Amino acid sequence: MTETIHVPLGSAVREHQLADGVPTLSIDSLSVQFTNRRGIARVIDEVSLQVWPGEIVGLIGESGSGKSMTALSVLGLAPPTASIISGDIKLSGSSLRAMSKSQIRTVRGKHMAMVPQEPMTAMNPIMRVGKQVGEPYVVHQASTWKHAIAQAVLMMGRVHLPLPNRRVHEYPHQFSGGMIQRSMVAMALSLGPQLLIADEPTTGLDVTIQAQVLRLLRDIRDIYQTALLFITHDLGVVAGICDWVYVMYAGRIVEQGSVQQILTAPKHPYTQALLLATPSIISRQTELVSIGGSIPSFFELPEGCRFADRCVRRFERCATEPDLIGVSASHTARCWLSV
Amino acid sequence: MRQIAKSRKEPLFFRHERERYRLIVVGSLLVGLILAASIFAGTSTGYSPYEMNINEKLKAPSIDHLLGTDEIGRDVLTRAMYAARMSVQVAAIAVSIGLFGGGVIGILAAYHGGLVDLVLMRFMELLFSFPAILLAVVLMASLGTTLINAMAAIGIIFIPGFSRLARATTQGVLRQPYIEAARTIGMSDARLILREVLPNVVTPLVVEAMAAFGYAVLLESSLSFLGLGAQPPEPSWGNMLNTGRGFMVVAPWMSIVPGVAMFVGVLGFNLLGDGFRDFLDPKLY
Repeated sequence: MTETIHVPLGSAVREHQLADGVPTLSIDSLSVQFTNRRGIARVIDEVSLQVWPGEIVGLIGESGSGKSMTALSVLGLAPPTASIISGDIKLSGSSLRAMSKSQIRTVRGKHMAMVPQEPMTAMNPIMRVGKQVGEPYVVHQASTWKHAIAQAVLMMGRVHLPLPNRRVHEYPHQFSGGMIQRSMVAMALSLGPQLLIADEPTTGLDVTIQAQVLRLLRDIRDIYQTALLFITHDLGVVAGICDWVYVMYAGRIVEQGSVQQILTAPKHPYTQALLLATPSIISRQTELVSIGGSIPSFFELPEGCRFADRCVRRFERCATEPDLIGVSASHTARCWLSV
Repeated sequence: MRQIAKSRKEPLFFRHERERYRLIVVGSLLVGLILAASIFAGTSTGYSPYEMNINEKLKAPSIDHLLGTDEIGRDVLTRAMYAARMSVQVAAIAVSIGLFGGGVIGILAAYHGGLVDLVLMRFMELLFSFPAILLAVVLMASLGTTLINAMAAIGIIFIPGFSRLARATTQGVLRQPYIEAARTIGMSDARLILREVLPNVVTPLVVEAMAAFGYAVLLESSLSFLGLGAQPPEPSWGNMLNTGRGFMVVAPWMSIVPGVAMFVGVLGFNLLGDGFRDFLDPKLY
């Protein structure tokens, strides 16, 4: 009989991780729920994840799996109707949940920052780019606008935006999507945050610009040792940039591991299906593969495994939901098949 | 036939553009007339708006009195010009009250949402449910009939309209990703409202203010007509019209002049308001 190694969620070991270090971001069994007339929707259920300094961690899953809510909860920007019912979020060891709203505001933009999803609408259309990129200096360091704009020029140069001293005086509509996304990265990095959250930062961009932005983010990690939480549904992007991957489904982490293991030897049928659904140039498939069905409603979650009704390999045991089961030292999956 | 052919040649875009400007041009001319009248009210006619001259009473328009005199011999043109000055003042202040009050209430309601929104907006609906003129009459009756109170009363009437507009626009702006982006850099609520929200909601409010101006002129005249606005001997189009009513047969100019002045003023401000709306907010076109 095979022995089951029960590894607690989020504690699978990364090879490069220091034994006595502190993760930049540590989410410990966080649960977030909405309550309305239809009932209770627990959109994040016992999610644990860690991002270590200098590490790019991918959080993947389809729309509605709760990955963006996770990011918003970290930033303290979850909608007021959402309530964190358990768990904790720690930034370099200090609990964000224990902080007041105004305390979190002093951390946001300074110690943690975010690159938004849709670059074309991410900037205030009637304010010059320089003023927006320089704003963190005014907000957090009470610096003068003159100094802030000078810093904005510096930062925009650092993200390889051409002619930054001229560009700062332009308006967002004069920028292309890629340029705005670079500016947003410049703005996010301006105060040297320990944690950068990128919420599908390449979705609205064409492929060549995507590659540039990804390279930029990787360079930033290499130079500043910034911890990066990268939210995406694009497995190609994950393969290109991430060190460690969490797969999220219906508010739960269903699989986690190093990028090699997740992409080459996925254990959870959902991850396998996601990989199959990614068009590949080698397999010469003639038809696009999709996963049948859709994410279950958060109001009517199934008793057992949440993926069971879409799973091609379901069997009797799926009626009860497994814990994250250790596949190897650096790989766990929430599936009975990985036992 | 040639005419049609010629106008066809003009690209649609330019015809469209000219029509957009036409409202502004006509509106500006009419408003300019009223503004000029109110600026030159003191000096241009050589008469006082208050001084009686019984010998000259009910004189028809002539070289001496271009638009005739009223029942106690005051120059009607002079009085109409002074009335224009007062109307513009009252309208400007009333609209400012409405714009500021409504803007603040609307933005706060949209920004805070929930209970704040509910309470503020139900209160606005309560104000809205009264007919405007009735509300003004009630306010004037309880506050006392002074010009300041007239401004306040008209301003209060405007608050619900502006607040609804401000709330709806703010709700739209708050859904924009750049608001979330601004939050992620740690902006405070006040900073967010002043720097990100306000500049993006101000345009429709200004357009609405232009349109409200004409209505304010009309409301002020109505109140004065009912004896609740400007008090005699202070001239106002409304109370001039009311006095002129009694002399309709012997001295029709006494009511025609303020009536036409009102018409020009209200039409001018409305056209200008519409013109600005088309110009600044092509979506509503």
